[in-house]
Amino acid sequence: MLNKMDKDIYKKPLFKGNPITVLVLGICSSLAVTVQLKGALVMALSVTLVTAFSSLFISLLRNTIPNRVRIIVQLVVVALFVILIDQVLKAFSYDTSKMLSVYIGLIITNCIIMGRIEAFALGNKPWPSFVDGMFNGLGYGIILVIVATVRELLGSGTLLGFRIIPESWYVQNGGFYMNNGLMILPPMALILLGCVVWVHRTIDKDLQEK
Amino acid sequence: MEYLSLFIKSIFVDNMVFAFFLGMCSFLAVSKNVKTASGLGLAVIFVLTVTLPLNYLLYEYILKPGALTWVSESFATVDLSFLSYIVFIATIAAFTQIVEMVVEKFAPGLYSSLGIFLPLIAVNCAILGGSLFMQERGYANVGEVCCFGLGSGIGWFLAIVTMAAIREKLAYSNIPNGLKGLGISFIITGLMGIAFMSFMGIQL
Repeated sequence: MLNKMDKDIYKKPLFKGNPITVLVLGICSSLAVTVQLKGALVMALSVTLVTAFSSLFISLLRNTIPNRVRIIVQLVVVALFVILIDQVLKAFSYDTSKMLSVYIGLIITNCIIMGRIEAFALGNKPWPSFVDGMFNGLGYGIILVIVATVRELLGSGTLLGFRIIPESWYVQNGGFYMNNGLMILPPMALILLGCVVWVHRTIDKDLQEK
Repeated sequence: MEYLSLFIKSIFVDNMVFAFFLGMCSFLAVSKNVKTASGLGLAVIFVLTVTLPLNYLLYEYILKPGALTWVSESFATVDLSFLSYIVFIATIAAFTQIVEMVVEKFAPGLYSSLGIFLPLIAVNCAILGGSLFMQERGYANVGEVCCFGLGSGIGWFLAIVTMAAIREKLAYSNIPNGLKGLGISFIITGLMGIAFMSFMGIQL
């Protein structure tokens, strides 16, 4: 089902056209959920699903939506999927839903979704729009997972709740190691993301500004 | 006194940008010079202060579990709170659209300086985030909600204007190639966030 153009659709968002580090979309929610890897994974999955399905739906409706009210129509379609995700999370994984608090609701205004709908789904057939939405969601997820891994490992010494750094290393048990408390605080997410952008642009020199 | 404390708290301690990362997209995209940044900041203050009480009333009298008792006692068990996302976003989108039209018609001068930012604001997470925080924290009355809205708006305004001022100066500094533009903006926002954290624990 995928021809030459479609190949570009799924290769690009993962690296060269990554939604966070290159297009600067969807930063709002990406930072607050990266204290722990689990939250980041759930968030990445939710955003991928919402982006993919709302792109698909808008693409199906693209010839019937009047241009003047399209923003409201898009927001309503996106909000519908976010409500579904929110209800599913509340039913099956209440702790995660509490941890992510308002950030699940904020997927509605996540610029990746609106950005992909405006830039791609409004002018393309449903299937490529679906693939484009899904891979943009995944590109977003990759960055989230990188930042969350660093923050959870250095901030609490665990990954997905499992202890990675042995208890006996800690100062209070007579060792030499202490958690970096700064990693858990909000500003560190921004600084780490800045470093990710730095590494990305050092590898791919075309992306450097000026 | 409680109002004042809530107001100061939402400007500095619970700053939308530095503590919750809300509205980051437009924060990074529009903070290139102070003039446009303050235009967007003013629009955010205005929209937050008006949509928050609106959404509060909608939530309190229609969506909350048992809120419909004022229509009829038999609705006491109805819980529409799962609809809150869709109602909140619709209010915000409709409101920004109306304000844009009104401003365009009656105040063309204001429109050219502020109106272009209004459609942008419908998808600014700071606005929806404000409504969702209002729902989560359960403020007691409209007065508190207004204070929270105004305070968060001013906090966002302060953040974007200072950021724009710093970025204007950054143009003259020597930054490693890979960090130029986006990378350094992230790191500066992080450092500003650390500075704002010193307001934590202030009790009024």
